Amino acid sequence: MSELIDGSQVTLSNEEILRYSRHLIMPEVTLEGQKKLKAARVLCVGTGGLGSPLALYLAAAGVGTLGLVDFDVVDYTNLQRQVLHFTSDVGRLKIDSAIDKLTAINPFVEIKRFDTYLNSQNALEIFSGFDIIADGTDNFATRYLVNDACVLSNKPNVYASIFRFEGQASIFATEAGPCYRCLYPEPPPPGLVPSCAEGGVLGVLPGLLGVIQATEVIKLILGAGEPLIGRLVLVDALAMRFRELRVRKNPDCPVCGAHPTVTKLIDYNQFCGVRGEESEAAVSAKIPEIQPEELKRRLDAQEDIFVLDVREPHEYQIVNIKGHLIPLGDLPTRIHELDSSREIVVHCKSGMRSAKAVDFLRKSGFKHATNLTGGILAWADRIDPSLPKY
Amino acid sequence: MSIKVLIPTPLRPYAGKQSIIEVDAQTVGEALSDLVTKHPDLRKHLFSEDGKLRSFVNVYLNDEDIRYLSKDATPVKETDTITIVPSVAGGR
Repeated sequence: MSELIDGSQVTLSNEEILRYSRHLIMPEVTLEGQKKLKAARVLCVGTGGLGSPLALYLAAAGVGTLGLVDFDVVDYTNLQRQVLHFTSDVGRLKIDSAIDKLTAINPFVEIKRFDTYLNSQNALEIFSGFDIIADGTDNFATRYLVNDACVLSNKPNVYASIFRFEGQASIFATEAGPCYRCLYPEPPPPGLVPSCAEGGVLGVLPGLLGVIQATEVIKLILGAGEPLIGRLVLVDALAMRFRELRVRKNPDCPVCGAHPTVTKLIDYNQFCGVRGEESEAAVSAKIPEIQPEELKRRLDAQEDIFVLDVREPHEYQIVNIKGHLIPLGDLPTRIHELDSSREIVVHCKSGMRSAKAVDFLRKSGFKHATNLTGGILAWADRIDPSLPKY
Repeated sequence: MSIKVLIPTPLRPYAGKQSIIEVDAQTVGEALSDLVTKHPDLRKHLFSEDGKLRSFVNVYLNDEDIRYLSKDATPVKETDTITIVPSVAGGR
């Protein structure tokens, strides 16, 4: 790659030279490299799991301009892994929490604040002010948006993604290299790959991958080492194994290929079938439901109701309302444990899996199966606040 | 011959929770076919209804995407590993 960043117009003060001394004394960085870091403008999309370590290390390294894109608010459940945010930040905008910490680590960094939802209308304009984009988002629609906007803007996309205890990292959208669509031309249908809230995530995992991302950003800026262009690193944190797969540029890629058909940003929600999610909601709207208050009333009245819990055993251990446990995945093979003549109220954590279970039971001839609206979370909220929520 | 297929985390629930499955095959196509025969729940996650590999799932023979080899017809050796790489989006 020809020089991405020109550091020749940059000067470093005596304080900065002292601050970065451990960089300057390395032949791979030197004063010239540190000036490139200061001249560089990096956009971090997302200040959560990946964005936290990414932004922290880029700020520490002396990246001159850091853009942050995040519209979200710090939630208590974020603190397990989003290390930019503290307990006292719960309820604040993530971007404000991030700016406080990053400025405290390195006041020499200029931070550009975008407390907005990145979309097809604003992405190209926002990207235009930066040299490198680092994707730390959490949904397919935004990943495709970031990728396409990077290709159209001719800016590299330093990518990482995580799931439970596995992660991926690569660099997309360089001129000679592949883009995200070369690897994955199409997203999976919604509901097939769980989010962190549904699948869970090892808190340290985005830490590991976010620092890999920061490393690759810095290597691109310095023009040092071998960047992950055309290489997909797969990390299995439980086995602590790192593997590498080759990613080739697809000559027929609709975005970065020789004859692109995508020449402007599209509707990514539609592309990822998020409307399909709406039709899932329509399906669950046809599922007969029972409110927690109604279930409580009928149980207290000693009515003959069979409560079926379709969560996983480890969830049952956290909290349960003494339902009969058959995890959703096991339902087809254990359906004989259920009596179709009885009234069955099915619940899970929040009502989504149980809706699927009721749909399945009804189609299997269980005419008296209903879904507990809002699941055990709603029960803990409205009926028994002594129960923990998770 | 017997070769290993590496199953990524999101698909392990459909493969009896295993991370490595041994299959009998001479080509990648046969390997995947043996895989979904042994674990039928995997089929809909890997293949669409018309039997084609889903576009958000990549299959690698060692470190090379089979799209750039001979796809299903790619021959396999006993020391080879097939890796299934689905797309994941988590970042927060």
